[in-house]
Amino acid sequence: MRHDELEKIYDALAEAVDAVGPDQSELYLAKLALALAERLGDLSDSLGVIEECKTGLIAQGPGQGGA
Amino acid sequence: MRPAGRDTLDSLYFDYPHFDAPKRPATEAMSPVAIVGAGPVGMIAALTLAKHGVCCVLLDNKATFNDGSRAICVSRSSFHILDSLGVVKPFLEKSLGWTTGRSFYRGQQILEFAMPDGANEKFRPMYNLQQQYIEQFLWDSVAASDLIETRWQSEVVGLAEEDDFVRLQVTDPSGTYDLPARWVVAADGARSAIRRICGLRLKGENYEGRYVIADIRMRHDYPTIRRALFDPASRPGGTVLIHRQPDDIWRIDYQLADDESADEATREENVRAAVARVLRDIDHDGEWELEWWSVYSANTLLLDDYRKGRVFFAGDSGHIVPIFGVRGLNNGIADGHNIGWKLAAVLNREAGPALLGSYTPERRGATLDVFANATKSTRFMTPPSHGWRIMRDAALSLALTRESAGWLANPRQMTPYTYAESPATAPDDPAFAKGPIAGAMFQDVALDDGFLGDLLGRDFTLLVFGDGPAPEQAGLTVTRLPAKGAVAEIYGAEDGSAYLVRPDLHVAARWRRASEDGVRRALNAVLARQEEVA
Repeated sequence: MRHDELEKIYDALAEAVDAVGPDQSELYLAKLALALAERLGDLSDSLGVIEECKTGLIAQGPGQGGA
Repeated sequence: MRPAGRDTLDSLYFDYPHFDAPKRPATEAMSPVAIVGAGPVGMIAALTLAKHGVCCVLLDNKATFNDGSRAICVSRSSFHILDSLGVVKPFLEKSLGWTTGRSFYRGQQILEFAMPDGANEKFRPMYNLQQQYIEQFLWDSVAASDLIETRWQSEVVGLAEEDDFVRLQVTDPSGTYDLPARWVVAADGARSAIRRICGLRLKGENYEGRYVIADIRMRHDYPTIRRALFDPASRPGGTVLIHRQPDDIWRIDYQLADDESADEATREENVRAAVARVLRDIDHDGEWELEWWSVYSANTLLLDDYRKGRVFFAGDSGHIVPIFGVRGLNNGIADGHNIGWKLAAVLNREAGPALLGSYTPERRGATLDVFANATKSTRFMTPPSHGWRIMRDAALSLALTRESAGWLANPRQMTPYTYAESPATAPDDPAFAKGPIAGAMFQDVALDDGFLGDLLGRDFTLLVFGDGPAPEQAGLTVTRLPAKGAVAEIYGAEDGSAYLVRPDLHVAARWRRASEDGVRRALNAVLARQEEVA
């Protein structure tokens, strides 16, 4: 995927997360992941990405939500 | 601002010169060009005019350079401009070139990126150098030029446009006088007096984010690599940037929280405390001295038109851009260079006055391009809402396993704007599969001996490949290149191809199969010359 396309997706997701609001954002993102995996149509690919994204989750700092 | 007990110009490492008020002639002759503001932009404009043999008067209301290190990142494209003006040597000797940036997220390095570089590039993508050195090195050349008359301590207080000139009213320690000039370049900064006198206003957006930039002196063992600390322990939720500068000076740039007042944050003890916390983040436990600090906000503001009659706005007088793109100084330098060669071409009767109509579309277009990129950078550095923050953090986290996500975290590269829609650019020849398009900045190439850029002439240059045409024209340098080889490869050229390069190093036109008549017509069109009637 081209850089500018990836960036458009990034922008659209940020706006969507803001649109559904913080109370619904976890549900929204889980639903989105499920839909995209279904669209991807490959079980092992999907499971691979699911494992990959569990890595590198750096602990939330105390100032989360600050400026 | 500087620590208590030191005045504005009392630097730890730089001696600010003092410039006396001018000794003026009894009567003022008509100046071809008056430049208001002897900062980097004004001096670039003056040196560009001088390169083309045009005299100017350079006015500045101060008695020395701007205080503080201010703009410290000078881009490759600016170095090409400095090189073309013959002044690049001291910049290369003093500055610190760099290609690499590292991003840290909550203390962990998550990304290292390199800006495009290679053996074909004469200059590195970026150089760090304090602004007062930039001004010093430019001033050394300005002072040595017989064609530039500088008047320090001279403030423009009025401006009246006559039929074919501008009458500036100037005040200096010995009084107020009229200074007539054919053209005026207003390079007098963000609080431009000329802009106010002309009744013009910058328009656009003021962003919420405010930042403190602080310079410290310390012995700190880290290469010239830009560090970006996202959500660091020193500023939870905020972003910190760290740059190395010459003379053991380090720039620390940190964002203020919404509830921090700028007045409070810029008090010396608060700056010291904030800097000390950042130094703990980067494991510096040695001594350090506070040199200078300032505060700014991320604005995108510009004039509707960079020209008003015989007055042209260059640099911060015409546009304020956010700091993250490092485009303030670099775009100002390109402004000064752009208006410089165009005014010179018109005054030297090499171009029609309509050439000056290309200044706003080219340079205002460049500013709008900066805004588009800077908005993205600002949103990444300082996410404005929950959605942007969660996506920013997701991209940072994903960058640990995917290079493609790391690209999202890259600061937008400083690439010169392409003047594709300009009246001073010919339509591009679609027959080319590669090479810089019409309007783009030329692409340098390493040759056996030096670089392609070294072969460009003072005015326009025709790069001719193989047996292509070599028309003889005043103001046109013809550089013949082999039909096969490194340059032809990069420029997508074959035997008979040609590129016409403008004095500001942008491609004016190109032809896969050039003809003498085509080159002549393009040159006439770009320079807005009347075609001779057949």
